Amino acid sequence: MELREEMASLAPELPTTESGKDSIEYLSRGKLIQRRFWRHRLARLGLPVLLLLYLMAILADFIAPYPADQRLKGFKDAPPSTVHFGVGENRFQPYVYARKRSFHPKTFREVYTEEEDQKFPIHFFVRGEPYEILGLFKLDLHLFGVDEKANVTLFGTDSVSRDLFSRTVIAARVSLFVGLGGVAISFVLGCLIGGISGYLGGIIDEITQRIIDLLIAIPTLPLWMVLSAAIPREWPVAHTYFAITIVLSIVGWTGLARVVRGKLLSLRDLDFVVASRLAGGSDLYIITRHLLPNFASHLIVTLTLAIPGMILGETALSFIGIGMQEPGVSWGVLLQDTMNFGALVHQPWKLIPGVFIIVTILMFNFVGDGLRDAADPYSL
Amino acid sequence: MLHIIVRRIFILIPMLVLLSMISFIIIQLPPGDYLSSYVMRLESQGLVVDEAEIQRLEQRYGLGQPLTTQYFRWMRNFIVNGDLGRSFGSYGSSYDNKPVSDIIMERLPATMIISIVSTIVVWAIAIPIGIYSATHQYSLMDYLSIFIGFIGLAIPNFLFAIIIMWIVFAQTGHAVTGLFSLEFRHAPWSFAKVIDMLKNVWVPVLVLATAGTAGLIRVMRANLLDELNKQYVVTARAKGLSERRLLWKYPVRIAFNPIFSTIGWLLPAMVGGEALVSIILNLQTIGPVLLTAVLRQDMYLAGSIIMILSTLTLIGTLISDIALVWLDPRIRYD
Repeated sequence: MELREEMASLAPELPTTESGKDSIEYLSRGKLIQRRFWRHRLARLGLPVLLLLYLMAILADFIAPYPADQRLKGFKDAPPSTVHFGVGENRFQPYVYARKRSFHPKTFREVYTEEEDQKFPIHFFVRGEPYEILGLFKLDLHLFGVDEKANVTLFGTDSVSRDLFSRTVIAARVSLFVGLGGVAISFVLGCLIGGISGYLGGIIDEITQRIIDLLIAIPTLPLWMVLSAAIPREWPVAHTYFAITIVLSIVGWTGLARVVRGKLLSLRDLDFVVASRLAGGSDLYIITRHLLPNFASHLIVTLTLAIPGMILGETALSFIGIGMQEPGVSWGVLLQDTMNFGALVHQPWKLIPGVFIIVTILMFNFVGDGLRDAADPYSL
Repeated sequence: MLHIIVRRIFILIPMLVLLSMISFIIIQLPPGDYLSSYVMRLESQGLVVDEAEIQRLEQRYGLGQPLTTQYFRWMRNFIVNGDLGRSFGSYGSSYDNKPVSDIIMERLPATMIISIVSTIVVWAIAIPIGIYSATHQYSLMDYLSIFIGFIGLAIPNFLFAIIIMWIVFAQTGHAVTGLFSLEFRHAPWSFAKVIDMLKNVWVPVLVLATAGTAGLIRVMRANLLDELNKQYVVTARAKGLSERRLLWKYPVRIAFNPIFSTIGWLLPAMVGGEALVSIILNLQTIGPVLLTAVLRQDMYLAGSIIMILSTLTLIGTLISDIALVWLDPRIRYD
């Protein structure tokens, strides 16, 4: 009932709310897709947040005040620094107090107290530890920092006194790009193999489907584990990272191939496909021009669901200690510190990298959902 | 129809053989074997392992022979005696030298309980919400269900388990671990034990069902939306069919297609999915045993579990393919 009303209410609106040139009849497919996408409120939130996250990952070394492996001596399990505002004349100048460590008399846990007579202003664009950008330039400029006598730990420190904020920002690089890489590989493989299988049919289809069945049948996590366990421990971080991306996509492409093939099976004998074939369209042409656009929406849902799946996969692998290895950092590696949930009661800030994971996955899903609606712009 | 089923069953047999080989080989992929890492662990503790002891262990585990011999011996014992071999004791000493089938049987009940309860919860919640969301696109409820569903999708299972444990512990001082409280852990089944289980089982079910529900709502909503925009729906509506009949007669049935095509993977996927959660919540399920066995290369234990899960998945795939042909007459395998 509601649907009918909705359609009825939408239809007369179009000519009145838009000037003639902008109405649905005159817009190109691309424009329509854009318009549909931006109408999705959650997607409108998701895209900028994702862009910010990726920007943060790219500029990680600049944003992080400390290198990922630097230990702030004497600041084990320290809580996040409290940032105060107002030094002298400048009311907006942020500063932190120096902190002093003592031990709780009964539990022997670290207790940190602020020394209110020692103010350390937070300076912006300061010189600090040098780092490399893309392996080309050496820079030592950091977004912010304090004098060496104090420290600023926005997310607290971990169990070996490293700044959790710096580590979270730097870990974003691995965690965010592993999904993109993995999905890119899976996408190409899935569409190609699934497309060929569904379109050609016959014995080729049979063999491909059985291979996919075999791969899907092996439980994912153990398969990932075995494959990552086979990655040599002594490999440099970059190699391990690349290997994990490939491990993740070995399983990833199969689901996509099945979707593509299933849809092709129900499409390939429809009139417009037969017509195109009779008109001399090549197989590849028909697959890419007629068949793929026809189920783009389903493909996109599967694909956007696959990116977060891979980010979560990397997180899980690193969490149990066979994904990224120290000194490499990813959000999963950082979450290893939360295994001991008893300590979490006293150090809840160690869950902050988890918040980043949740936000990232959430935003990917928002964007994916917006894309789903946009991929089919002619529907109401 | 019948000849399709018969043919698929015939194809299934060589695939099962292939699977048993893959299950056996992938355990050997990481460098070294159980014995060498075992010896290394002992040596790192400062213990000296003499040659004779190593030989004795090699003999006992049937290691040291070529891989093919090991595989055929394992398969022959399985086919002739139903014997899957023995564990090397990767998962605690109580499992040392214990038959693999005993370990699996011991851990199957908890695994089944959690999987089945979670699946029922997922279906009962996700399908109605998915249908509602699709028919009331962009309504407040639609946005709300999308949002809640998304959050469920976004929290990694293991993190969700940690967060729930942390909250419960911080609020009540009670640590939720295991399916049963201490006094019931080894007690025989009784009414009181079932009640006790219900007090604890909600945590893993909540964790596992949240992720599943979120995914299923999305798929259901997306499929149904695709169907609702098709010509036949418009035609049916134009002919004056009631909205309810219009919805249930075809669009909902067709929207079930992709769900049916994955139904066979439910149990094996659950075992993979619950593994990390079970480690954190200390549940007596198959998952944690499998993960440790894989990591430590406890090859008969890991190989057998992987083989059984994969076999279940393959059979499940066959069943769902048949269900799909029955459900959607447009699909033909010929």
